[in-house]
Parts: sequence; C-alpha cells; structure tokens
Amino acid sequence: MSVDKDTVNKIARLSRIAISDAEADKMVGELNGILAWVEQLAEVDCTGVEPMTAVIPNKLRLRDDVVTDGDVRDKVLANAPAKEGSFFGVPKVIE
Amino acid sequence: MSEYRIQGNTGEWEVVIGLEVHAQVTSESKLFSGSSTGFGAEPNSHVSLVDAAMPGMLPVPNRECLRQAVRTGMAINAQINRWSRFDRKNYFYADLPQGYQISQLYHPIVGEGEIEVTLNEKDPDSAVKKIGIERIHVEQDAGKLMHDQHPTMSFVDLNRSGVALMEIVSRPDMRSPQEAGAYVKKLRSILRYVGSCDGNMEQGSMRADVNVSVRKPGGELGTRTETKNVNSIRFMMQAIEYEAQRQVDLIESGGAVVQETRLFDPNKMETRSMRSKEDAHDYRYFPDPDLLPVELDDAFLEECRASLPELPDAKRVRYEAMGLTAYNAAVLTAEAETAFWFEELLAEGVDAKQGSNWLMSELFGALNKLGKTLDESPVNPKQAAELLGLVADGTISGSIAKQVFEIMLETGQGAATIVEEKGLKQTNDTGAIEAEIAKIMAANEDKVTEYRSGKDKLFGFFVGQTMKAMQGKANPQIINDLLKKALG
Repeated sequence: MSVDKDTVNKIARLSRIAISDAEADKMVGELNGILAWVEQLAEVDCTGVEPMTAVIPNKLRLRDDVVTDGDVRDKVLANAPAKEGSFFGVPKVIE
Repeated sequence: MSEYRIQGNTGEWEVVIGLEVHAQVTSESKLFSGSSTGFGAEPNSHVSLVDAAMPGMLPVPNRECLRQAVRTGMAINAQINRWSRFDRKNYFYADLPQGYQISQLYHPIVGEGEIEVTLNEKDPDSAVKKIGIERIHVEQDAGKLMHDQHPTMSFVDLNRSGVALMEIVSRPDMRSPQEAGAYVKKLRSILRYVGSCDGNMEQGSMRADVNVSVRKPGGELGTRTETKNVNSIRFMMQAIEYEAQRQVDLIESGGAVVQETRLFDPNKMETRSMRSKEDAHDYRYFPDPDLLPVELDDAFLEECRASLPELPDAKRVRYEAMGLTAYNAAVLTAEAETAFWFEELLAEGVDAKQGSNWLMSELFGALNKLGKTLDESPVNPKQAAELLGLVADGTISGSIAKQVFEIMLETGQGAATIVEEKGLKQTNDTGAIEAEIAKIMAANEDKVTEYRSGKDKLFGFFVGQTMKAMQGKANPQIINDLLKKALG
C-alpha cells in the first residue's frame, strides 16, 4: 500500500489541514515509509485467527441511564476562540 | 401493492425508494456521556466535556440506549447481533466537535428484519407488503447550528451533540411515495409501541434520508440520489415525487443522474444539490479505539424480549378475535396512544364492543370538535368506564349517555354525579310508561288504526313519542315491550 501526492492532498483537505506543495511532497515520502514499515505485518499468516480487540480479556463497561453530567456551560465554552452569549461562534457555514 | 408509474416521453418509469430513518432513542442521558437529553434547554447547558470532545475524554456507552435498539430490532423480527462494534465516521463540520461521529458501519447491533405495511392501515382489505430492513445501528447525533443570529458567524449549540440515534436502514423495497409514507407511519407506530422513540417529527425525533432512483419497470437499478434530513411524511412524499420526475426528465433529455446528496426545500417544493458535500462520502471509517466491542449476554436479550409490549399487528388480530370489526381493530391499533387508551378502558371492565364503538364515535368526535389529541382528552379511561358502566347496567340510556358525556367534557364532573344531580336516571317504572303510552295512543287514534292495518313503520313513531314524553329517561327495551303489548 502506498499513497501519492493527490491522496495526501485529499486527506489534508478532508481533515482541514493546510499544507504547502513542498510539505505535501515531504509527506508522501514519510507516509509511504510508515506504510511500508507497517506492511511488514503482512508477512505473518493470520488465516483463521480472530482479530484481537484487547490485550487483556476485558469487557465493555456500560453506564446506567441517569443524568450525572452536563450543566458546565462556562467550562465547555472557556477555551472557545469565539463565543456569543451561550453559543460557540464559528465562521458562517450555510448551505 | 400499487402501480405507481411516471409517464415519460420514452414510456413508463418505475421509482425505487429506500429510506434511512434516524430515530432519537428515548433515554434520560446521552449515548456516551451522563448529560441530559432534555429538549429545549438553555444552549450548551446539556453538554459535558465528553460531548464537547475535550482532549482525553472517554466515551462510556449507555446501557439503556443499546437495550432500546435491541428491543426495536426484536419488534421488527430482526436478527440481533450479540457482538457489535462502534466505528468512527470521520468528517469535518462545525456541529461535530469530535471531528468524527461514533457510529456502527461494519458490525451493527441489529441485522436483517422486516415490517408489513398497508397503504391504508385503517382499511383491513388493503393489500399488505413486506418492506425489508437491512439493519439498525446506534450512533451519536450532532449539535445544532444557527445561521440567522449574526452577520458573519454561525452559532453552535451542542445540547443535542451525543444524543443516541437509531439509524434504521430499509431495503430499496418501496415503489411509490404512498408506500414510503405507509412505511414511515408503520415504523413510527412500532417505535411508539416499543417506547424506544417518541416519533415526534416536529421536534426532530425522527428524520429520514430518502434514496430515490428510477428505472424502466423491472430493469436494472438506476443511479440514486440521497435527499437528506426530511422531517415530515408529507415532505418526504413530495420530495420523492419531485426527485423521481427530475431524474426521468434528466435521463430523457440525454443527461445522467449523478450520485449526490440533495436537500428538499418545502417552500419551493423541489430538491437541490448540496455541492459542498461532494467529499462527504469519504468518511474513512475505522473501529473506534476508545470502545471495546459490544457483547450482549442471554440475560440482557431475555429481558429485552420479555419487556416488549404486544405489537400493533398482534393486537389487531386479538381485537378481531374479541369480536371487534376489522375496521375498529385497525383504527384502535394504528397508533400506540389509542391502543393504550382502549386497553385502560378494557382494564376498567368495559365491554370491548361497547368501548370500541364509544371511543371511535363519541370520544374521537368530541376530541375532533375540541381540536385535542387523545393525550389531551378531558376525560380519562376511568371516567369513561364509569359512564359506559351506567349504560351497560341500564341506569341510563344511550341517548342520555351522550348528554352526560357532554357535561363531563364541560365540567369534568363524574358521570354518576351528573346523572344523580340532573335526575337523568333511566326509569323502569312500567306504570309511568304505560300511562304515557295510553295518552299518546288516545291523541293519535288515526295512527293507531293505520298501524293496526299493517303500517308497521309507525312503530318507530310511537317509540319516539313515548321516549320524548318520558324525557329520554325510559328504558328503551321496556318501551318496546309495552308498546307491542298496547298496540297489539
């Protein structure tokens, strides 16, 4: 598996990360290096082996349906770059 | 079921419809956090640090949300997957602080099922069609954006962010707007019976993404478009009609349908492309590393099954077996609130036939006049049972019952109290009735003669006169018997 420059630019766009042309070129090399390294795993034959979801046997913990959180508006908004009253403010997005 | 065809220049076209219904799961708290799901709260007050996607926050699933999804699956006879998993659906939008929605793509909690729909659920003779359901999965809702509060900014309220949704994905089994409408109605009815979603489309508890394509009847499937977030059954049917016609026109004029996301504008009654979402289908799904797989054990599944109520189809069959007409059984079971009201009436000891007739004519009639729903009825099942009990035991006649009911609606008084205070009790006093009959016969000698010479229809006249003379309070059966005797 490998990526080309178009793929790198597309992933950057989908993630809303601005990268320059030079950065994209550099990123192609780096990402392909990482992918090639991970690809070594393909050398192991794991036919018929269940995917492992956790290293130790562990079960998903579930919560009861009770309200135990929220009502912390000021904390939630504390680091917002822009806030308007009780809202987050973001650049206008409209269809 | 119905042959719905679009007449084009090149012949007839068939419409193929599949629906993805998003139903808000009824729960106190959110899918992965302990914040409240309450509607209409102060902006950003029902938000925890998890919902706002602060760094390091971890999701913990709400058992009730999974339980409701499983119960819903059982109600549509679906395969329940004991092992399911959450995936991240990645996209960037201002209403999604995480940058991904936690959803279930590869291993949904509920698999294949189906529901039966009829075009007219109140007509028992209407044809039945099975609509396949491909899957139900559980996912998070996004926040809400407001665009009209500020000239250059949009405002974000995260109260809805993280509320649990069930996405119910149908097979492309529907062939007309009417079938799609009937499917959503039936689905909403089932959700409300089960109690897994309130089905309130106005408040956005249920919304549909509508997939439409057209083809020559029986031909290969055409390219589909997806119209997002349609929030009423009427709009959905209009969107399908418009979109199918648009596709036919496009193909017949030499164009091709593009697979894309569209938006329905109910003011202009048209769908239009959402160009900004052209990358939207590239979601780069992967298993959410913050969450272990969901494994359901026998005890959990058993409780889900045991807690399911009787569902509309089963209830309808049982009502018919109790002697109700097919029409009455269909009307009483179509909506959960009607069925539950009727059940309460039965629990108070009211006869099924008497209760169903009264509910459908008197109560529905009165509510209609008052412009109220059954939930807002000024008379509850217990009060209604008191009234019907007075009719059943002969204390008052059916026509007096109507008067009493009107007073109940106005004053909120109990039926027995009204009958007592107004002296409306039906009389079985044969002496009094006979006296009135004698007077009427004396005053209408000509009619008595006519009756005796074979004009049977006049019997009704004598009944009416007697009842009037008794101010409606005489037992009609006794009047009948005494009149027959007197007129010979």
